[in-house]
Amino acid sequence: MADTAQNALSGPQGPKPRKRLSRNNILIYGTLIVVALYYLLPLYVMVVTSLKGMPEIRLGNIFAPPVEITFEPWVKAWSQACTGLNCDGLSRGFWNSVQITVPSVLVSILIASVNGYALANWRFKGADMFFTILIFGAFIPYQVMLYPLVIILREIGLYGSLWGLVIVHSIFGMPILTLLFRNYFTALPEELFKAARVDGAGFWQIYWQIMVPMSLPIFVVAMILQVTGIWNDFLFGVIYTKPDLYPMTVQLNNIVNSVQGVKEYNVNMAATLLTGLVPLVIYFVSGKLFVRGIAAGAVKG
Amino acid sequence: MNILRTVFAGTTALCAAGAVSAADLEVTHWWTSGGEAAAVGELAKAFNEKTEHNWVDGAIAGSGSTARPIMISRITGGDPMAATQFNHGRQAEELVEAGLMRDLTEIAEAGNWREVINPPSLLDACTVDGKVYCAPLNIHSWQWLWLSHKAYEDAGVAVPTNWDEFAAAAPKLQAAGIVPLAMGQQGWQQSGAFNVMMISLLPKDVYLSVYGDKDADKAAGPEVARIFAAAADARAMSADSNVQDWNQATNMVITGKAGGQIMGDWAQGEFQVANMTAGEDYTCLPGLGVNKTLQAGGDAFYFPVLSDGDLNAAQGELAALLLEPETQVAFNLKKGSLPVRGDVDLSTANDCMQKGLDILATGDAIPDVNQLVSSDTRTQIEELFTEFFADASMTPEAAQARFADIIADAD
Amino acid sequence: MAASRPKSLFRNLNAKIAAIPMILTALVVFTGGTIWTVAYSFTKSGLLPKWKFIGLDQYERLWGSRRWMISIENLFIYGACMLVLSFVIGFILAALMDQKIRFENTFRTIILYPFALSFIVTGLVWQWLLNPDLGVQSVIRALGWESFDFDPLYTAEIAIYGVLIAGLWQGTGLIMVLMLAGLRGIDQDIWKAAKVDGIPAWKTYIFIIIPMMRPVFITTLVIVASGIVKVYDLIVAQTGGGPGIATEMPAKYVYDYMFGGQNLGQGFAASTMMLLAVLIVVIPWAMLEFGGKKRG
Repeated sequence: MADTAQNALSGPQGPKPRKRLSRNNILIYGTLIVVALYYLLPLYVMVVTSLKGMPEIRLGNIFAPPVEITFEPWVKAWSQACTGLNCDGLSRGFWNSVQITVPSVLVSILIASVNGYALANWRFKGADMFFTILIFGAFIPYQVMLYPLVIILREIGLYGSLWGLVIVHSIFGMPILTLLFRNYFTALPEELFKAARVDGAGFWQIYWQIMVPMSLPIFVVAMILQVTGIWNDFLFGVIYTKPDLYPMTVQLNNIVNSVQGVKEYNVNMAATLLTGLVPLVIYFVSGKLFVRGIAAGAVKG
Repeated sequence: MNILRTVFAGTTALCAAGAVSAADLEVTHWWTSGGEAAAVGELAKAFNEKTEHNWVDGAIAGSGSTARPIMISRITGGDPMAATQFNHGRQAEELVEAGLMRDLTEIAEAGNWREVINPPSLLDACTVDGKVYCAPLNIHSWQWLWLSHKAYEDAGVAVPTNWDEFAAAAPKLQAAGIVPLAMGQQGWQQSGAFNVMMISLLPKDVYLSVYGDKDADKAAGPEVARIFAAAADARAMSADSNVQDWNQATNMVITGKAGGQIMGDWAQGEFQVANMTAGEDYTCLPGLGVNKTLQAGGDAFYFPVLSDGDLNAAQGELAALLLEPETQVAFNLKKGSLPVRGDVDLSTANDCMQKGLDILATGDAIPDVNQLVSSDTRTQIEELFTEFFADASMTPEAAQARFADIIADAD
Repeated sequence: MAASRPKSLFRNLNAKIAAIPMILTALVVFTGGTIWTVAYSFTKSGLLPKWKFIGLDQYERLWGSRRWMISIENLFIYGACMLVLSFVIGFILAALMDQKIRFENTFRTIILYPFALSFIVTGLVWQWLLNPDLGVQSVIRALGWESFDFDPLYTAEIAIYGVLIAGLWQGTGLIMVLMLAGLRGIDQDIWKAAKVDGIPAWKTYIFIIIPMMRPVFITTLVIVASGIVKVYDLIVAQTGGGPGIATEMPAKYVYDYMFGGQNLGQGFAASTMMLLAVLIVVIPWAMLEFGGKKRG
């Protein structure tokens, strides 16, 4: 393995052959381990709690491991917890969430990447102004836009449909995604673009054949952002669709937010973990892609 | 299975559009806890069995903040549900004025609602310009003091029978390490407790002139000042009550960590779940044991205007069904609330519910705050009390001055 | 000149067509929605938007409201702390990650995973961890340190910092990843050159690397800042604005009045103030960013 000495970061005094136990490394790993513990603590509490029975929770210490492990809360959260009359737990909304998330993520990333590409490489008159408005839009609290969007969707006849919701997600994802893509494309070597232009490639050709293949890392970052945002979204899913399309978070809200009755923390935690599972898995899988993508970019650059 | 069912429900919805009579009626509500869902189940069962229509449930937890914007968006978006729950009173006023809600007057006349609904103020709250726009379903009242027998035993004091005794016993409870008054730190609970004191500790015309007539002078006057002093007492008594949700506060009473709690009749359900018996393990004092007057608020169903004829017919049938004695009994027993008809038999209800029924029978019920002031004013009042209860340095006088200002601006 | 007009309209035609969704969003949704909001903030709209002009009444009430003032103050405290801390922590973590460490994947995943969880969940978990009777305080007391005091969520003066702890937990992971991406994008030759010149690593970071990462910083800034302005769910789930009104935030004020209080006018007035504040920051930035230079 060529220990590419370019990464001088690990020791400013030049490459040492064995640096496993250097002071620097102890400092680095020590810090990272402490930080990791801080980040893991809440997850630990959630998992532990979701495996306890209610009596044990009432007694106790939230950090203590469960005396008697029970999967009851998980079963309940997935298939028994009630939303009004429908007692089939989170499972009810799972496919709806998939159905909403997949097209919303694809469409919003497609639009935003094209935007970013147009802004970075095909600057047209007024482009900066639109972009500034878009960035401004990132700061508008969602709640403020609820009514105007209801009116807009009503007028174009998409209110209450899946595609209406896809549009809403694309609109609210647009500012930040466009910014990401624009910056990324701007940072790509301009010669690539110019060479393709000289070869007579057009707008879409360059986009699909040069820009997209070179941009895996940023697509992964965008996907992470969108999957998280859309999968966890509750407000839009519930306002712009109908009950047969309600996402999983509606059931999560109902489980967690039920105003009456004893709070079943174990079921809450299990439901929370179940709902978060999809984004978590995506992170896990794409984390590696992310690195690989960056490596690929570095080779070409 | 579940997916199949969803698909099936979806297909039937499509087919129903073409069918002649049976309609799928989408009903939205925020009843999602165990007891509440069971109560809704009774409504759905009755509707599915007694009519050829089909109840499609659209439950969304978290009343004011979560469910209401969704319902209102659906209605204004031109794609309304067929029926929806609201607290009756002024919450849906503007929707009615905008012509988005269906006029139920004919159904109300056919069902003789004017005669059977008790107290009549409930129907008044549904009436705009002489037309009925909602079907009242149940009565919830706020004026209850829930007391833990265990806490008073531990402190060695007799269980109080009214507010004054309760306040007098507080130091002994504190000495025994018990929080005298459990109070969730949320505005609606704190302002709710204040209103309870106003109704229970003063003649009811004070409440009516402050909230009903928006009499700011009265609100700044000496009578209301007494209530603010009592609220300051309550603040001191609840200083160690570090909980947010009302049911966590109720739980303090159940476990004997707190002496009592001022909370509506829905707290009843918590005691039931904990297997406690009224009179033995806990006591409920309507009107804080002083003025046995109940404030009658509750839930009602509204029916958005729809163009589909089948759905219209189904809406009408549901509205009529809600007021039928059988539905009233089945629903309210599960919900722990009181029926809106005085003529139904509720002998199976427990001790505390019976006390409530007796008070309603004597006609001593006054309208809920929701029916008298707008949500805007209510929000401001809640804000004031959240601050008042959290900040011990705020004097009752200062709070009262702000209260009077809010009342003066109220509409 | 006139002859080139139609030509310039059709120049980059494909790019313009491709940008239609962006243009529509910018003009119809964001600009249109904003104008609509501002217009209705001068009305007495309750549950439904109603064109009943009442001038500046909503604003007068807004600025007379204690809760609004506290919300603004909290936004400043939370915003300043969040911005500084998340940048510093995110950058330091990214720099540590960039040291060719082992288990980078594991560490990165651990730090990033909270971002997969919604604010609602974050608020709930931290409410629990910071609950004096259940969480950290009770555990440390049970271990023998009886006088240990740590209940930020129940002490009005510091409650906002309790929210900050949760916000940082949720958000720094993403910032770390963005910064890491930025660091990885830096040419390795720079490090070589710096080493040859004998510049210490920390100096290289501050004076060479950070200035080079400007685009990454701007992206991150927009993400963090827009998140701060909009913070709502976290507050609702973690403190509900309490104790008292100690952790209220402007976005919550907007939402509570629009839907809870059924006073759209008041909510719109509050959001107009928020938008105005954002404009004051965004416009000068945009002018600096796009003002002079032209590219491509």
